[in-house]
Amino acid sequence: MKKLSKLLGVSILSFGCLLSAIPAQAQETELPSTINWAIPFGVGGGTDVWARFVAPHLTKNLPGNPTVVIKNQPGGGSITGTNLFFQRAKSNGEDILGTSASTLYPFMLGDKRVRYNFDKWIPLMASPTGGVVYVQPNLGVTSADDITKLDGVTLPFGSQSPTGLELPVFLAFEMLELDIKPVFGMKSRGAGRLAFERGEAKIDFQTSSAYLSSVVDLVDNQKAVPLFSLGILNNQGKIVRDPAFADLPTFEEVYVKKFGKEPSGMEYTAYKKFLAAGFAFQKVIFIPADTPNDIINAYQSAVRTMLKDPTFIKDSEVQVGPYENIVGIDAAQYLSEAIAVSPELYAWISSWLKSKFDYTL
Amino acid sequence: MIEFLSALDQILSITHLTYLIAGVLVGLVVGIIPGLGGIAGMSLLLPFLYGMEPSVGLGMLMGLVAVIPTGDTFTSVLMGIPGSSSSQATVMDGFPLAKKGQAARALSAAFLSSMIGGVVGAVVLSVFILVARPVVLAFSSAELFMLTLLGLSVVAALSGGNVYKGLAACGFGLLVGAIGGAPATGEFRFTLDIDYLYDGIPLVVVGLGIFALPEIISLLVKNSAIASSPNKLGHGLKQGFKDVFQNLPLVGKSSIFGSLIGAIPGLGGSVVDWMTYSFAINSSKDSSQFGKGDIRGVIAPESANNACASGSMIPTILFGVPGSGAAAVFLGGMLLLGIQPGVSMISTHLDLTYTIIWSLALANILGAIFCICFTRPISLLTYIKFSILTPIILTLILFAAYQATRSLGDFILLGVVATLGIMMKGANWPRPAFLIGFVLSSGAENYFFQSIQFYGYDWFLRPGVITIAALIIVGFVLPPILKRRKQKMKPEQLAQDKEQNSMTKTVSWTDWGIIAVMGGSATYALINIWDASTLTKAFPIIAITIVLFSIVMIVSKYIREKHTKVSSDLAMNLVYIVGFFFIAYGYYLFGFISTTFVFSLLFLRFLAKASYVKSTTIAIGLVIFLVTMGRVMNVDFPEGLFDPYLLSAIKTVI
Repeated sequence: MKKLSKLLGVSILSFGCLLSAIPAQAQETELPSTINWAIPFGVGGGTDVWARFVAPHLTKNLPGNPTVVIKNQPGGGSITGTNLFFQRAKSNGEDILGTSASTLYPFMLGDKRVRYNFDKWIPLMASPTGGVVYVQPNLGVTSADDITKLDGVTLPFGSQSPTGLELPVFLAFEMLELDIKPVFGMKSRGAGRLAFERGEAKIDFQTSSAYLSSVVDLVDNQKAVPLFSLGILNNQGKIVRDPAFADLPTFEEVYVKKFGKEPSGMEYTAYKKFLAAGFAFQKVIFIPADTPNDIINAYQSAVRTMLKDPTFIKDSEVQVGPYENIVGIDAAQYLSEAIAVSPELYAWISSWLKSKFDYTL
Repeated sequence: MIEFLSALDQILSITHLTYLIAGVLVGLVVGIIPGLGGIAGMSLLLPFLYGMEPSVGLGMLMGLVAVIPTGDTFTSVLMGIPGSSSSQATVMDGFPLAKKGQAARALSAAFLSSMIGGVVGAVVLSVFILVARPVVLAFSSAELFMLTLLGLSVVAALSGGNVYKGLAACGFGLLVGAIGGAPATGEFRFTLDIDYLYDGIPLVVVGLGIFALPEIISLLVKNSAIASSPNKLGHGLKQGFKDVFQNLPLVGKSSIFGSLIGAIPGLGGSVVDWMTYSFAINSSKDSSQFGKGDIRGVIAPESANNACASGSMIPTILFGVPGSGAAAVFLGGMLLLGIQPGVSMISTHLDLTYTIIWSLALANILGAIFCICFTRPISLLTYIKFSILTPIILTLILFAAYQATRSLGDFILLGVVATLGIMMKGANWPRPAFLIGFVLSSGAENYFFQSIQFYGYDWFLRPGVITIAALIIVGFVLPPILKRRKQKMKPEQLAQDKEQNSMTKTVSWTDWGIIAVMGGSATYALINIWDASTLTKAFPIIAITIVLFSIVMIVSKYIREKHTKVSSDLAMNLVYIVGFFFIAYGYYLFGFISTTFVFSLLFLRFLAKASYVKSTTIAIGLVIFLVTMGRVMNVDFPEGLFDPYLLSAIKTVI
């Protein structure tokens, strides 16, 4: 039944996008004068800052230049606000939603507070991000080439929770057979980095923009050694080197170097799944799927022109990193693939969380 | 040095000043309105930031951050409603002063100490920022844990002679604070499968419920004006300034302490006011008036909270790790301006850092001056018959509570906490002890497990830990010694203390009620958590143990020693609480704005016996206020059944 509904969702999604891909007539679509952009996070957080950066560009490119108002509704790690949007959003182009990895993960892991699903929405645009893992310099490691020096060394790692953005990172550590000692309860990745700077944590991980702003300085001052990046998904769905960190190997490269074979098995499937959902779809703009087609069209063409706008491109390098945003039909297809968790994968991940962190889904 | 002066030159330009003043004005407004704090103010300013000149934008944001702890004093003093979480301790003595008819004195003292505190904070910041990095990094999870213990140890000073009541309240606060996700495992505790409880309980609602609502209700029962005695000459503005100058050492100590606590990410602004408050109690020769209207109880927290706002900029600017809620939003603002926090802020962007510091100092001065201008007219509010103010205050409280998570749960929780607050107030249980336990709960648990996981069990050998431990011990040992010395000098004081002791030896049904509530909840929690994993249940079990142990001690004291049975006349209060539940539900069901109008009108006309003209004017004024808030601040209210119609009607008119 679950599978069937997923399938149905995928088909609706793709169909909706097909419909919206039909060129619209050359008439100006009437958009509401005010657009409410629901952000299920607090003011000043990563997703909020991203939305506030995108909002004026949306205004600029949408027909009639509507005002975009950011509506923050924090709570439940974005579950509360997303639930509310699912219940209440109007389908007249007035309401859009911005999400982050912590909106997708609880859905994939079957959190019982989640009352939304993604069948009712169409993604307009997805902003990917990458991430980098780095270690203390006093471990004698100068790059991923001598990763074997970490064997048998206990590495405390400041983390927020086992089911947050660090989930694929934990899986990567596990596959590399590193002896990680997770220390939970960090209020943010920033707090985790602070623990690393204090020397409490021996290994840490940051997403691209945080790495560029706060860790590059540490690396330059020999206070941190980057190991590998998580890489990015290319158009064929393969993981390749991250353009922001072209000189850093991906996790896969490091794995091959250490074990002489490609990573595989359930663990790697889970890793790829959560990496795609959490990083390739790090930030997504959704619109209710039953919004009239011409309005969705207007949005989609606005997003397309926005992404070609040189000022947007320049600013977004500073704000999110040099990544290509995914739009239109690609976004819908990739997203529905990324968040579909097969029953056997679900069983595996829940038993892994239980055995590894004593965490019950 | 050159950067330091050129930054000053820069912020004195017209553009800068204009934006800074804009920030200050917004900051004062959101500070004054309870429930809105830095976060709401920032959301208001953030849309303007994108594309702004960085130093101008920073000036505006700083103007806002700096004056929130200044403006939030108004409602704390005048109505007993903490204007924001950093002025909760101000209520303790500020509100009793207002009841004595000395609101203007309390306010002017508060504003002047806020100003001094803020400026001291800025000075500390400018000196400290260049060397702060290693200092901030020296505070590891172990030291942070000890700091939370230091925070908890002030409960003793606030327990007013009954240590076990204080301990029980504090333990209960720790337990209530443990609701929600366990930091060490991410598992959820005590959620009773109610979505609302998964995130834990919001501090705003607890603060309002434990302090504000009980005060409002007891005033309603009495139905007089807030100020029971007329204002005597010489107890106004000037007196407040004099009080500050007489207590300059206290202002200085509190300010420096505040800015240092602010500088360490992890403790936050909602504790610093309590710590300095207890510090004021412990260091004063005669502490009998605290809680009854001692001006020092206003001066200490007010100096500290502005200094703390300045101090919290250090981890924000240097590490990108915010030290408070407002600082978190400020961080977002920095990113929007295209400024990355980090080491570069003291190397390449030192000029911006100094702009921030100068803006802080200037904003604090401007904010205090603005507030002092309004002190006299606004403090006249305390002479109005209270029942006239009731609908206004109730609307404010509900408005503030609803900003916590914007759900019906906020109202329900507010009523539940207020019920506990009324009982504690009626039976003389120390409410601040409960609040401090609640505030420090998550920090204590979090840092405890983190320090054990990072350092094993030898973390308590760290020099920092030992230093703070020594401080805690001194805090416990010193006050009694001082007291004894004082008593040797003044025999009449001894008699007074004796009298006080016999005062505390009373017991009423309310006491038993509180014991039942706390004991019952603790026992239930124990059963509920028993099967959870070790890391999830360890901390709640400590809290439960504290509660149950204290309760056993209290009860055995009742049995062993003779206590005078007193009747506590709370029946009327509880009737009002039931009424509150109904009204709050009405606000939710029928729509916030429409209910405000109807309820205010009916209440004023038939219960407060005001004229029709007056009732209608106040009701319409409230509606205008709410609609403006909704428009300008993007604040949401429960729409209910009628608000959509009402709002569209208003839209057609305007």
